[in-house]
Amino acid sequence: MALAQADVLAGLKEIVEEVAGIPAASIELDKNFTEDLEVDSLSMVEVVVACEERFGVKIPDEKVTDLVTVGDAVNFIVSASN
Amino acid sequence: MSQRRVVVTGLGATTPLGGDVDSTWKAVLAGQSGVRLLTDDWRELLPVHFAARVATEPADQMERVEMRRLDRSEQFALIASREAWKDAGSPDELDKERLGVVIASGIGGVITLMDQFNILNEKGARSVSPHTVPMLMPNGPAANVGLELQAKAGVHTPVSACASGAEAIGYAFEMIKNNRADIVVSGGVEAACHQLPMAAFAAMKALSTRNDDPARASRPYDRDRDGFVLGEGGGILVLEEYEHAKARGAKIYCEISGQGLTSDGYHIAAPDPEGSGVQRAIKFALQNAGMTAKDIVHLNAHATSTPAGDVAEANALRKALGADADHVAVSATKSMTGHLLGGAGAIESVFLVKALQDRLAPPTINIENLDPAVTVDVVRDTPRALPAGDIAALNDSFGFGGHNVVLVFNSI
Repeated sequence: MALAQADVLAGLKEIVEEVAGIPAASIELDKNFTEDLEVDSLSMVEVVVACEERFGVKIPDEKVTDLVTVGDAVNFIVSASN
Repeated sequence: MSQRRVVVTGLGATTPLGGDVDSTWKAVLAGQSGVRLLTDDWRELLPVHFAARVATEPADQMERVEMRRLDRSEQFALIASREAWKDAGSPDELDKERLGVVIASGIGGVITLMDQFNILNEKGARSVSPHTVPMLMPNGPAANVGLELQAKAGVHTPVSACASGAEAIGYAFEMIKNNRADIVVSGGVEAACHQLPMAAFAAMKALSTRNDDPARASRPYDRDRDGFVLGEGGGILVLEEYEHAKARGAKIYCEISGQGLTSDGYHIAAPDPEGSGVQRAIKFALQNAGMTAKDIVHLNAHATSTPAGDVAEANALRKALGADADHVAVSATKSMTGHLLGGAGAIESVFLVKALQDRLAPPTINIENLDPAVTVDVVRDTPRALPAGDIAALNDSFGFGGHNVVLVFNSI
């Protein structure tokens, strides 16, 4: 069964806060990881690996560049969990 | 071009005796020991159960998010550099192409290396942190400070084991002398209180095993010394061209006026008992500073508390300084801080600057019976007043590999 979008967003907020120090409250679906949240390429690798562990999904390296916004990541994780 | 002079305009430190320069220096003058029993379970694996960890954990001095992408050695470098930069008056208006950073580490990010090796084995390659390489590289401390200050004249990391910190300060001195920079943030750090480096030093029989009395284990020049005590932390000095410092009205602590560098060509780890390399380094440093042994009133010795090293150094000092050694107050501050390896020459240079400022040579603690083979004038137990007027002092540092570095500082 697919994960709920709200649950994934909540988990992703925690991960981004932990990795990049961005307050969870400012992390929204339309935020761009690099431009709005200043998550650099190395930290993005951490976010991806932490998401894989937390949500039990695989996020292939070639997909990572498509995850531009928080919403992109949430949608990918939700569909990958299906 | 006229001769450029180099002065010290800022100091920073985080050490086993305090989280900054003031608290550290106060503890040094009070003759306190920073050596304690380790609380880690792994200590039982080792023949040595103690070390000199920093008095203030980096977590109390920096943000968690910043910490997680920095090796402990890099955390020390940033903490001490921020203090030193602020102490120098935060000269942020400086042309960054005239700002350099030279910060050494003897070993680099060994704790990161070991932690990530464990993660690789337990969780696989994908879980290895993408920050691993910038965290473990020995130039990481210098690079992170350089990045924060936007230094563009050059960021460097000389590596010469336990002489690294002193060599970094000497390199910074040269950068200003040679007109590559007007300000250079320099020093050394080390964060190696981990079971592997400790087991490795213990395997060399280099560490004290006085487990029943850690605070008295580091005892340079004492007859019953049995090895050094591993310490961690670092020291940072802001070096600045003299006219530049005067023009901006900076507080000037003292001048750094010379350095001498030699190598032993003798053994990969043992000191040359003749100490000829040390003697030549002292001679060159004095020549470089335009001084003679008569000008020197104080020396912060390398003196790590190893049976062979302390006597070899003391003999070399006596030979190099001759009768003038009689008016040189010799302090072995590792008796209190433990041995900060790549940070040692730097924190001891901080102490030298403070000694010139306060006119007080710090004490050497834990000498119950002075080794009769030591023929220099050791300051014991309490600080000793240094003379008024123009005075100069030396810091010597040596490293495995046969590296000898001597720095000359003088009042101004």
